[in-house]
Amino acid sequence: MENTSHDKVIVRMVNITKRFGSVIANDHVNFDLKTGEIHALLGENGAGKTTLMNILYGHYRPDEGEIYVNGHKVVIKSPRDAIKLGIFMVHQHPLLVETLSIAENIAIGTELGKRKIIFPVNEVKEKIVEFSKKYGFKINPDAKVWQLTASERQYVEILKALMQNARVLILDEPTSILAPSEKGFLFNFMKKMRNEGCSIVFITHKLEEAISTSDRITVLRKGKVVGTIKPSETSINELARMMVGYDVFLADVGRKDITVDAKVNATVVLEVEDLWVLGDKGEDAVRGVSFKIRAGEIFGVIGVAGNGQSELVEAITGLRKVKKGKIKIFGKDATNAHPSEIIRLGVAHIPEHRLRYGVVENLSVAENLLLKKYNDYMFSGNIFLKMDKIYEWSKNLISKYSIITPSEKTPVSNLSGGNVQRVIVARELSMQPRLIIAAYPTHGLDIAATKYIRSLLLEHKKKGTAVFLVSSDLDEVFEICDRIAVMYEGKFLAVIPKNKADKEKIGLLMGGVLLHEATV
Amino acid sequence: MKLPSSIPKIKLKMEKREETSLEFDLFLTFISICVALLVVTIIFLSFGIHVFAAFKQIFLSFLDVDLIIVRMIPLLLCSIGLVIVFKANVWNIGAEGQLLIGAVAAAWVALFLIPNTPSYILIPCMFILGFLFAGIWALIPAALRAYLDINEIITTLMMNYIAYFLVAYLASGPWIGKAVWGFKQTDLIPPQARLPQIEGTLIHYPTLIIAIVGAVFIYILLQYTKFGFEIRVYGSNPEAAKYAGINEAKVILLTMFISGGLAGVAGVGELAGVRYRLTANAKGLSADYGFTAIIVACLARFNPIAAILVSYLMGGIIVGGYALQASLGVSRGIINIFNGLILLSLISAEILKRYKISFKVVKSK
Repeated sequence: MENTSHDKVIVRMVNITKRFGSVIANDHVNFDLKTGEIHALLGENGAGKTTLMNILYGHYRPDEGEIYVNGHKVVIKSPRDAIKLGIFMVHQHPLLVETLSIAENIAIGTELGKRKIIFPVNEVKEKIVEFSKKYGFKINPDAKVWQLTASERQYVEILKALMQNARVLILDEPTSILAPSEKGFLFNFMKKMRNEGCSIVFITHKLEEAISTSDRITVLRKGKVVGTIKPSETSINELARMMVGYDVFLADVGRKDITVDAKVNATVVLEVEDLWVLGDKGEDAVRGVSFKIRAGEIFGVIGVAGNGQSELVEAITGLRKVKKGKIKIFGKDATNAHPSEIIRLGVAHIPEHRLRYGVVENLSVAENLLLKKYNDYMFSGNIFLKMDKIYEWSKNLISKYSIITPSEKTPVSNLSGGNVQRVIVARELSMQPRLIIAAYPTHGLDIAATKYIRSLLLEHKKKGTAVFLVSSDLDEVFEICDRIAVMYEGKFLAVIPKNKADKEKIGLLMGGVLLHEATV
Repeated sequence: MKLPSSIPKIKLKMEKREETSLEFDLFLTFISICVALLVVTIIFLSFGIHVFAAFKQIFLSFLDVDLIIVRMIPLLLCSIGLVIVFKANVWNIGAEGQLLIGAVAAAWVALFLIPNTPSYILIPCMFILGFLFAGIWALIPAALRAYLDINEIITTLMMNYIAYFLVAYLASGPWIGKAVWGFKQTDLIPPQARLPQIEGTLIHYPTLIIAIVGAVFIYILLQYTKFGFEIRVYGSNPEAAKYAGINEAKVILLTMFISGGLAGVAGVGELAGVRYRLTANAKGLSADYGFTAIIVACLARFNPIAAILVSYLMGGIIVGGYALQASLGVSRGIINIFNGLILLSLISAEILKRYKISFKVVKSK
């Protein structure tokens, strides 16, 4: 590839079909990648973008179709075959050895470390320094991987590819784990690579990123290619239509201030003011969120997972420190309060990570139901638990919430996922909460359980309970919420009453389309 | 990698187990001990020791009930304390040092604080202060863990050495006795400070009673009290404990305090019931009881009632070691090897608890 002509096709995928059981992930997809271009692969979650690239990288074998590299037909059986062809893929969460340094990781993860008796760490270090200088990475080859942020890990993976002379670099949603400030650097790097003749596939669901960085965009929808176009020949509106499949009039929801309160007179249950919360990697995960929820209202937060929803919920429930801002529950300051105080204020929490927070797996169903009530005078004295009362009460809850379990003494680890969630819901809702924080309460549940949980939330709303629902399911939010907030990169892009919202617009907002820009 | 066609392949299949029964746990424990015995047999053989005579000696010594119970007392006290911290997923490796601090406290009370008071004041005082001092000693690593997230395994382990040297310092410096003919040791504690023994044996029964009542107490605490519930929740899933509003620092501090305190009581028993003085060689008093108790707690599968039986068995093994040394001239070190092997095979057996492993012979075409 000495003489890179910019129209030379380096990779061509023809009629690729991939099925997973009855689901068609890729349906006769044609895709081509030219030498020295950034090619964005755009689509909603589940459109088949990553599957297609996993096929190119040798993770999956296609059921039908052919792949040509440099004009030759190839069969890529494994990532090793792909690497031999100069094709590299950088996943969102690269697998690296945590306790080793960057240089050591690169040495063991590449050909550089193979067939050498003496571990070539120094040689690798020199190369890392050389490449880092060239592309402007700030990387210390001796840093241990566990010290790195997610974005730095991504760069380690990219360095690996560069040092093995990558011709094709596939970046799988690289911006989803980056802070906004880190994105500019990544895009510059991508352009530098392109100018050197490397081809980049950039997987994303964010419209404006696709338009601003790429040379061509291929849009996938439900496993099929909708079209391939140049950014200069299209608009955000057109791309949005291609991605979602409907005509979308972005202009209508262009105002953020349509926060009409349906129940103006009801008491404010939860008030959040300019809340800032740090994420696990020290980034600003929640960036200045404010809202109020009144009694008898279901307030929904929708967004693609990882946009700060989890951190927001953890901050409200006292599980995560608040950096800045205020949380008030029934007018009382609950900012950085201990979880036990928040529970005492009548806040139920159906957590996102059920097994991580929601239950103690090796304890019994009864003990899990008791988790937040063991201090209640009904179930314990000063020192002792009242076991008889606990078992009796557990039996009632098990039948009331239709938990399928051999007995109340069975460990929760023996229950199915749906029943684990029923245990959590039974515990949280039986505490007669005045505020329910529910994070993805129906995620992964079957239809019956989903319906049941939604009906319970509605029932509590009628009783005057306020509900804060986090979901990534548009249907769910539209079915039960009174107001819908769209969360994107730590902010609410809009708060819309249900009667004024429509699904397509919200779907786009979730993808981070800046509405006021889109209308221009 | 292709194997020649004539060689059958053995396929290992691992399946996750749902739940294991108590019988299965006991069976695994039994097998672990058998494996350890087997390896010890090989070691005996390789040293040219008469295997039959050696085992006979060990088993005979299991009949020395009074000698065994003397060893069982500190093992049981330390191990029930360890059960409670281990249940909270806090890894106290410092029972050895905590035991010594209990002994130091007892020596201080008996030699300096109130040496001339009658037994019924002196002895309870020794036990109470022994518990308190050792408990507070254990609170240091507990606080470091609870508030600064410093690994308690390392701090508790290192603090054992501080305790060793503290005893050595006291016995050879400020507390050195008047009638010790140049030995680095304290005076004997006065007779009224010595624990009563069962007639004709060396069993200092007050400590034994405390140990057995303590085991029942820990069992009830873990199973039937609010604090026990908090311990079990925190120990199984600290994140869920936080979510449920459980005060994590309270669980860490209080379990470590109880654990250290119980080891301290064992130290009081050793000082006031067996040795009657501190010597510069602290190991002579602690005799690795604090470390052996870790094995007891694990073998008992963190059940304080089971720890009564296991600490008796472990006491038997220790006595057996002495007997071997006396009759066959085998180094007592062999007993440490045996204990280590039991722990090793127990830990290895954990995988069988979690997975069902089956072999399948596949004949390749």
